[in-house]
Amino acid sequence: MPQGDYIELHRKRSGYRLDHFDRKRKKEAREVHKRSKTAQNALGIKGKMFAKKRYAEKALMKKTLAMHEESSSRRKVDDEVHDGAIPSYLLDRENTTRAKILSNTIKQKRKEKAGKWDVPLPKVRPVAEDEMFKVIRTGKRKTKQWKRMITKVTFVGQGFTRKPPKYERFIRPSGLRFTKAHVTHPELKCTFNLEMIGVKKNPNGPMYTSLGVVTRGTIIEVNVSELGLVTPAGKVVWGKYAQVTNNPENDGCINAVLLV
Amino acid sequence: MEAEMEVKNKNNVMCLLSDPEGNPLGAPMYLPQDAGPKELQITVNQLLTNEEKLPYAFYISDQELLVQLGEYLQKNKVSVEKVLPIVYQPQSVFRIRPVNRCSATISGHTEAVLSVAFSPDGQQLASGSGDTTVRLWDLNTQTPMFNCTGHKNWVLSIAWSPDGKHLVSGSKAGELICWDPKTGKPSGNSLVGHKKWITGISWEPLHLQAPCRRFVSSSKDGDARIWDVTLRKSVICLSGHTLAITCVKWGGDGVIYTGSQDCTIKVWETTQGKLIRELKGHGHWVNSLALSTEYVLRTGAFDHTHKHYASPAEMKEAALKRYIKMKGNAPERLVSGSDDFTMFLWEPAVSKHHKTRMTGHQQIVNHVYFSPDGKWIASGSFDKSVKLWNGITGNFVAAFRGHVGPVYQISWSADSRLLLSCSKDSTLKVWDIRTKKLKQDLPGHADEVFAVDWSPDGEKVASGGRDRVLKLWMG
Repeated sequence: MPQGDYIELHRKRSGYRLDHFDRKRKKEAREVHKRSKTAQNALGIKGKMFAKKRYAEKALMKKTLAMHEESSSRRKVDDEVHDGAIPSYLLDRENTTRAKILSNTIKQKRKEKAGKWDVPLPKVRPVAEDEMFKVIRTGKRKTKQWKRMITKVTFVGQGFTRKPPKYERFIRPSGLRFTKAHVTHPELKCTFNLEMIGVKKNPNGPMYTSLGVVTRGTIIEVNVSELGLVTPAGKVVWGKYAQVTNNPENDGCINAVLLV
Repeated sequence: MEAEMEVKNKNNVMCLLSDPEGNPLGAPMYLPQDAGPKELQITVNQLLTNEEKLPYAFYISDQELLVQLGEYLQKNKVSVEKVLPIVYQPQSVFRIRPVNRCSATISGHTEAVLSVAFSPDGQQLASGSGDTTVRLWDLNTQTPMFNCTGHKNWVLSIAWSPDGKHLVSGSKAGELICWDPKTGKPSGNSLVGHKKWITGISWEPLHLQAPCRRFVSSSKDGDARIWDVTLRKSVICLSGHTLAITCVKWGGDGVIYTGSQDCTIKVWETTQGKLIRELKGHGHWVNSLALSTEYVLRTGAFDHTHKHYASPAEMKEAALKRYIKMKGNAPERLVSGSDDFTMFLWEPAVSKHHKTRMTGHQQIVNHVYFSPDGKWIASGSFDKSVKLWNGITGNFVAAFRGHVGPVYQISWSADSRLLLSCSKDSTLKVWDIRTKKLKQDLPGHADEVFAVDWSPDGEKVASGGRDRVLKLWMG
């Protein structure tokens, strides 16, 4: 028979000890002091675990006390003045739009961190380095191989001046430099020949972005002042992003779709 | 000879001039085809034997006549053989300049500005805000004048008495305080009686009683109370609505109209507070009410002549004259805008069924407003558009698109030629009624604009919103 059953069996047959209930009561009363002693003397990880348990108990006790203290009588009006005052015609309406905007900004920040954007071409074939660069041999015996020529289309900008030829590592051939792009508006379905302002991001890497290489999937910034777009504040929009949709080095022109 | 006769016929058109109510002015007559609006104006002035030359606008089958008669006939291919009915409508003698610049940005409120109102004579401006204060602003120096504290929660609505002597404000705590606009101090204790927040306040018209004593307030708790400022207590309680009352208007005939979330509009009489009529028809909350004589009731005895009146009796007479002139023979018209995307045009004195159902909005209609001359109805809705309707028949006239956020409130200029709308997208837009196009865009607020008001003398526009500043715009 299990241990507790013997005790029960004895209790059934002979009843409790004469001082059982007194002893029980006193032992429970001493529990509090014993507990506090162990709490004060517990060190290290033991102490931490105990403290955590104790804190949870305390919080629960406070809550039950507060619940009991709540009075049943309710006051006529809410006395507190809340923030976010709205006029009477908006009072009974649940403005879910504000919360939506907030969660949207949070989602946007997360996307920015992850580097994912809502673009027409989310994934492009990665361009390998040996495809992008051609090794140029220089030097008297043509043994030095530190120069590279970029075999893809680049955008350099108006004020571009080459580094002194002895020191330039990356050569951008002028035949592959373009200033204009054929940009299609996705909704109006018409194409404009717009000047480029710069290369925003090349999906193959930040190095290509800084070099100004334009391959398929690159985000470029174009001058849209001739489209006549206006912001609600009354300001005229003159620069917008567009994503390149073709392989410019094969076609000889840059085709892009405007990101609205 | 025949050729000559034909030539003569080609140059003349048979026309019948009639006033907006349909009464013809004289017999049908021949008018030359090169007659334009100016020549027609001279003709009408002569026929009506007006002493002053009043301006008129002419409409042929609800379309305004802007060009010469001959061109109009050619464009619309109207037959020359039938008599052409031309309706003439008198326009206001004065013309308001459209506002186009922000003359001042006055800060002072520490929370969003919830309501803005000019006094009936246009000399003072009051605004209520979420920081529980009502502020009075000096229009000459464009600076704060008085700061009236006393409310316990957001000040949701304010209303000037038609004689300009009292200002009443209602708060979210359900209390109303009456202020003296000259000193900025409360006239007494706060008036308590409502259990939930105040949604609207409307004064008794000046032509029914002068000096102004009574006003009615509506609350979310479902009843409207008539208060007396001299007795400082609630005289009558109009209970009957089952849900919140969203708006209340005191009509010119001495009845009170209340629109509620229980989809009905109730008409009450004011001596004993009995229900006269119940106007049913809407499918969802009634958001806003407007009366055809509302502008005249609001401004009382003051008009564009800036006259000062010595005694209340004089003001009462002047207000009565203006009211009768505005109303004419037609019964008072009421338009209600609702959450079910439609508006109804009622003639409550005639029948309890609606006269016209005005559909077209794609979102809830938040604010409806009759033009000061009662000819047009403008409605602002959460579908970002403002629609213009005929004020007498309720037919759709034009839609003004341009806002990129829900339109919150609208306001008319005193000559009924310009309409102002404010929206969640933080801009105000001025629309021209004659050309049915955008006249002026007024950006500048940093956040949503909650309240807008055009002063009755037409000089200034005041707007306030979530960015806590009050902006004054001038022409």
